[in-house]
Amino acid sequence: MSIDISERPDGMAAPAHPEDPYLVVESLTVKFPTHDGLVQAVTDLSYTVDRGKTLGIVGESGSGKSVSSMAVLGLHDPKHTRLSGSIRVDGAEVIGASEDRMRKIRGNSVAMIFQDALTALHPFYTIGDQISEGYRIHHRVSKAEAKKRAVEMLDRVGIPQAGRRIDDYPHQFSGGMRQRAMIAMALVNDPQLLIADEPTTALDVTVQAQILDLLQDLQREFNSAVIIITHDLGVVAELADTTMVMYGGRAVEYGATREILTHPEMPYSWGLLGSVPDVTGDADARLIPIPGNPPSLLNPPTGCAFHPRCPHVDKVPGDLCRTTLPDLVPGDRGENHLKRCHLANPGEIYAEEVLPEIAPDLIDPTTGELIPELATVDPDEV
Amino acid sequence: MSIVTNSGIERAPEDSGASVGNDTLLEVRDLKKYFPVKSGGVIRRTVAHVQAVDGVSFTLGKGKSLGLVGESGCGKTTTGRLITRLYDPTSGEINFEGHDIGPLTRRQMMPIRSEIQMIFQDPYSSLNPRHTVGTIVGTPLRVHNMVPEKKTLARVQELLEVVGLNPEHYNRYPSEFSGGQRQRIGIARALALQPKLLVADEPVSALDVSIQAQVVNLLRDVQDEFGIAFLFIAHDLAIVRHFCPEVAVMYLGKIVEIGDRETIYEHPHHPYTQALLSAAPDVKQAAIGGRRERIRLEGDVPSPINPPSGCRFRTRCWMAQEICAKQEPPLLQIGKTHKVACHFAGEMHEAPQRPVTTGLLGVDDQGNPSNGTPVAEIHDQPGYADTWFDLKTQSVTSST
Ligand SMILES: Nc1ncnc2c1ncn2[C@@H]1O[C@H](COP(=O)(O)OP(=O)(O)OP(=O)(O)O)[C@@H](O)[C@H]1O
Ligand SMILES: Nc1ncnc2c1ncn2[C@@H]1O[C@H](COP(=O)(O)OP(=O)(O)O)[C@@H](O)[C@H]1O
Ligand code: SF4
Ligand code: SF4
Ligand SMILES: [Mg+2]
Ligand SMILES: [Mg+2]
Repeated sequence: MSIDISERPDGMAAPAHPEDPYLVVESLTVKFPTHDGLVQAVTDLSYTVDRGKTLGIVGESGSGKSVSSMAVLGLHDPKHTRLSGSIRVDGAEVIGASEDRMRKIRGNSVAMIFQDALTALHPFYTIGDQISEGYRIHHRVSKAEAKKRAVEMLDRVGIPQAGRRIDDYPHQFSGGMRQRAMIAMALVNDPQLLIADEPTTALDVTVQAQILDLLQDLQREFNSAVIIITHDLGVVAELADTTMVMYGGRAVEYGATREILTHPEMPYSWGLLGSVPDVTGDADARLIPIPGNPPSLLNPPTGCAFHPRCPHVDKVPGDLCRTTLPDLVPGDRGENHLKRCHLANPGEIYAEEVLPEIAPDLIDPTTGELIPELATVDPDEV
Repeated sequence: MSIVTNSGIERAPEDSGASVGNDTLLEVRDLKKYFPVKSGGVIRRTVAHVQAVDGVSFTLGKGKSLGLVGESGCGKTTTGRLITRLYDPTSGEINFEGHDIGPLTRRQMMPIRSEIQMIFQDPYSSLNPRHTVGTIVGTPLRVHNMVPEKKTLARVQELLEVVGLNPEHYNRYPSEFSGGQRQRIGIARALALQPKLLVADEPVSALDVSIQAQVVNLLRDVQDEFGIAFLFIAHDLAIVRHFCPEVAVMYLGKIVEIGDRETIYEHPHHPYTQALLSAAPDVKQAAIGGRRERIRLEGDVPSPINPPSGCRFRTRCWMAQEICAKQEPPLLQIGKTHKVACHFAGEMHEAPQRPVTTGLLGVDDQGNPSNGTPVAEIHDQPGYADTWFDLKTQSVTSST
């Protein structure tokens, strides 16, 4: 559903062209004043998401993934948050928009799926009431019509006998069913932008796969833009068109998913890839953990925020890593692959030092390149 | 096999554990745990039972690792808690170093308790927030009189060092540590008693990926150094594959497939194992793009209060036939170190046309008793026999 132009407060940008990105985030900075000081949760973050495309955001907990996405929905309490930058949804500015206007956007053109379904659903209302309520806020329909819509949605997300389960309370649903009910709630108004914040982290692989299928089907049907926040690189690999790696509140690598996961150029991304075993790799290979702990956002490290944990600091001349924040700029791999790191020859280091350690079975010994044929499935079958 | 009741101990005759070799540490035989479901009201009657664990058998060698995987609620944690005797078994045997610890009382368990330790899933709730790390790690040492009181602190510091924490931090509280560090404290506590067996229940699931790798490597190191055997419970198939040379797949309270890592991951013969493996997203897919070919499992795991008849997986199985509803498939050994419980056991796209279990069960292809005689109940045996049923030749084979 696009936003009605007549509702735009004065001074807003003209409605975007359909080819323009549906979501544009520019220099977003989010700070929280607290007793201990100012938490710099998100700093100078920029990205875009096109209609029908999926952006994957990865990073360890506390890296600012949720805070940045909640800003898109205007979910931060203005009294306790300092927000700057620009967030445009279908051309319309969100930062500074009135709560009234945000409520119109939220759950209508933009919807969010939260990690924990149980906290997102109200325990005292039936599943059906909660879904139809979301529909009635944005549509002038009778209760019966809204309920019909709710049954339809539950059915779509694969709840068997939706008509009979509609009057159940959340605790009567299993974990996977609750997650699906929440997705039904998020999708009831056919949102143009869907933000899924770790939608499957707490779920079994089989349920996770069902939910991911569902997101993909719905995206295809409505050509929606999707942001999927996860710490599972496998999910990103299979679902996201573009990927952004966050560290300490900033984007540290950003580009096409295939680029980022097969030719990562930033040591933190290397660390993430080396930390996870996968179901097909060498079982006896040792995992390469990232040493140390995530940075403090009250007192972020100087220079590159990753420098206290980075094994490659010595390869950068002078004291640059400790003193100077690297810009997020294209490296050798072209305009569509941005990285925030001082290393001059990341491609070489990755091929010669990192890859042999994290995925020795995947390298062609002569070219030093990843061998795609070793990945298990024929692309035609996908 | 002897029958174990809760009132008296009837030790199994020593020769009953024929398969218990010298290097077997733990042998679990037909282990069951049924939780009563009570009615509401003043008089709370037992109206049903949750069959959380229903006849599980396996062995674990000294210093070895067995992985336990399966969907939420399939009975992994309950199995772990039975073995550590946090729960009393409903029936079955838990032979630890040749003795059934299932029927032991709290007091009788005391000397053995130090040898079987557990690491919990949640590093936040499993540590007492009001106790210092020194107290948390030192308490088991004191309770079991492991070291003279004067030497407790030195031992605690030694343990902290082993798990990669600063030994000077013994005076700090759990809240002062990160999730990964808290999990290390839990590991130090478990190591304090120099256990022979560690039951690790989702030891890294609550941690960030970058920290998971630190903890997994630590567990590997302590296993190598101290020769500890692991029962490693996790729903992350990649982590289990990485840690365990042997893997058991559970579904609704039963083991449906068990075998060496290579067989389970490369040649799974049970449809559920195949579905689980195909569902795990793979980073390498990035090089290809798009989703991997997957088996779409429909529906949820049925209730363990009233599991489906016959094969418990049949309500979600794309290969289910008449026999699957009528007969429970026995856990059949089909390789040197490979057992599977499926009437149509076979590799993906190569499942047999006719059930492979009919001879064993004495039934026809539809699962009806072939000459009117009732089907004998077949109990799973722990470990592997020297002979097995070869699926290709449809006959009993041995390695020699
Ligand atoms: N104390 C209890 N009383 C009644 N039922 C229980 C109890 N503990 C577990 N159950 C039930 O037993 C079954 C097995 O539970 P268990 O905790 O072993 O699952 P699990 O495989 O560890 O799952 P998860 O992956 O979610 O940790 C579930 O149906 C659960 O609801
Ligand atoms: N309301 C708040 N007040 C203060 N700090 C906050 C608030 N919300 C989040 N933070 C902090 O902001 C940082 C980023 O959080 P978040 O975006 O939730 O991380 P994640 O990447 O795990 O989603 C964390 O350090 C978190 O503690
Ligand atoms: S800028 Fe320096 S510290 Fe930061 S990631 Fe690159 S090499 Fe490491
Ligand atoms: S026994 Fe039948 S229902 Fe069970 S897994 Fe095998 S084919 Fe499927
Ligand atoms: Mg978050
Ligand atoms: Mg559990």
